[in-house]
Amino acid sequence: MAKRVDATNVTAYYGGFKAIEDINLTVEPKTVTALIGPSGCGKSTFLRSINRMHEVLPGARVEGSLTIDGQNIYDRDVDVTAVRRTIGMVFQRPNPFPTMSIFDNVVAGLRLNGVKRKSVLAETAEKALRSANLWDEVKDRLAKPGAGLSGGQQQRLCIARTIAVEPQVVLMDEPCSALDPISTLAIEDLMFQLKDKFTIIIVTHNMQQAARVSDRTAFFSIEKTGDPGRLIEYDNTQKIFSNPAQKKTEDYITGRFG
Amino acid sequence: MGETPQRSAHAGTGGNPVTEGHERPAGASARVAEAPLRTRTPDENGMGGGGALPRAKAFGAERAFRALALAAGTAVLVIIAAIAVFLIAKAVPALRANTENFWTYEGWSPNDSQPKFGIGTLAFGTVLTAALALLVAVPVALGIALYLSHYAPRRVGTTLGFLIDLLAAVPSVVFGLWGRDVFVNPVRDFSAWLNEYFGWIPLFGGDGPFGRSIMLGSLVLAIMVLPIITSLSREVFLQTPTMNEEAALALGATRWEMLRTAVLPYGKPGIIAAVMLGLGRALGETIALAMTLGITFGISFNLIQNGGNTIAANIANAFGEANANGRGALIASGLVLFAITLIVNITARAIIYRRREFTESAA
Repeated sequence: MAKRVDATNVTAYYGGFKAIEDINLTVEPKTVTALIGPSGCGKSTFLRSINRMHEVLPGARVEGSLTIDGQNIYDRDVDVTAVRRTIGMVFQRPNPFPTMSIFDNVVAGLRLNGVKRKSVLAETAEKALRSANLWDEVKDRLAKPGAGLSGGQQQRLCIARTIAVEPQVVLMDEPCSALDPISTLAIEDLMFQLKDKFTIIIVTHNMQQAARVSDRTAFFSIEKTGDPGRLIEYDNTQKIFSNPAQKKTEDYITGRFG
Repeated sequence: MGETPQRSAHAGTGGNPVTEGHERPAGASARVAEAPLRTRTPDENGMGGGGALPRAKAFGAERAFRALALAAGTAVLVIIAAIAVFLIAKAVPALRANTENFWTYEGWSPNDSQPKFGIGTLAFGTVLTAALALLVAVPVALGIALYLSHYAPRRVGTTLGFLIDLLAAVPSVVFGLWGRDVFVNPVRDFSAWLNEYFGWIPLFGGDGPFGRSIMLGSLVLAIMVLPIITSLSREVFLQTPTMNEEAALALGATRWEMLRTAVLPYGKPGIIAAVMLGLGRALGETIALAMTLGITFGISFNLIQNGGNTIAANIANAFGEANANGRGALIASGLVLFAITLIVNITARAIIYRRREFTESAA
């Protein structure tokens, strides 16, 4: 289920602007990896490069190689949609489809894959919602609009929608930044459970969160505005937060910079 | 503003500064002038926050705007009521004089001494041409709108969008002339071809002549309603939140699947509204149809033979020679057209309203 992600010399552009440069990083299966760093350092760009969502923006492109268990997802003959099915993504703001019910939201990915059998859909929906710790809260109102849930529930709905298609890797782009502390806690608990099955990469601005949930932490930074973001340090979370090798990392996590 | 005197005028008099002094936000100079007074009232802390709250203004911009808005809203109702009363008052005598059944009689001779006229054929033609026009225009318009909003490069999209809007500004009489003198030729050839190979389908049967037919009228009408539907749908599609589009893409949707999962459902109320506006124009279109249809009175689904008529086209054609009774009859037909439009609009509203639970939270 979970796969290793290998980035080699990943450089990403927005038109003429180089957002990240030469990122080299390996993410082990069934771990939670946190990407931290100041705003504009390219951690979200890097995250979006991993499932080829970066290139959705006009003029955006990626160079270098990114492999999932040895297969380069940027190879010419690779189907983009297959990449995105293998590598799911949860966004910063909860984004359930506003026109769909809770149930339809969860199975949206399955429907895109051509699954039509009602029993399969119902079974998968329940499984995904249970995995997202949302089932008990919504089981009586599956036909209601997904947008009617609270922010935290919507985000868990989006997680359920992402894991319903059984991806290998789950990317989370500041999944808790729009949520209250209790909902945040619920999502962090969820990450602990999910890493049994998935490789999780999370971008976060909250360093306590990175320290709490992740096994490994990557620190990104930029020299100055307009420069590309680089990977400064990548190590076990424990090490990064207690005894970082780089001065810049230490400055950032102690709040002297950023 | 006579009842709200300037603070500085009050400050020196020692009148009743606490209740009256806060009508307007305190200016710096006014505050300085008031300072000696404040020391005498023990409740004041000198920060300007003490004392009673200012009274609401009896007259001000707020109320004036409200009255203006209310007047404008009322005026609409009054105008509509006045039009309705006028139309009904003119129509009723003509309807009384009618010697045939207004609903079923196939023909229009209201100027005779024994007036005979029926709305059935006209209403049928109106609905048929409008429906056919939408049938042709809506898929094309949605296709163009999706292309402009999600496929075309931005510059191409903007330019094409502008051209489409320009199409909406062409006067309908120009469309009518073009349809009658130019477009009729290919339509005639196409009709003959259809008749030859598909004549066994009643829609394309008959022995001619072809050309100035329901088909020509509907196609011209379709071109006329195309811009309004395209332009509105495009706006709606552009408003789809990026995060919903990205959600679909991140689930592994292709571009078309993304449009189907995120963009089209989100835009549905807007599409319906756009189609209804187009339908409104199609139902009411007058001169283009008066010039392109064959103008006959009869109920037939044959699309290619000369013929067809609509309520609005009939009013345009017949008004010039109508006597008092004839005008009354035309006004009665106008009322029926109004009723048809009303029913269509109410239906559309009902469709949108039924889905409100899923659309209101879309913001």
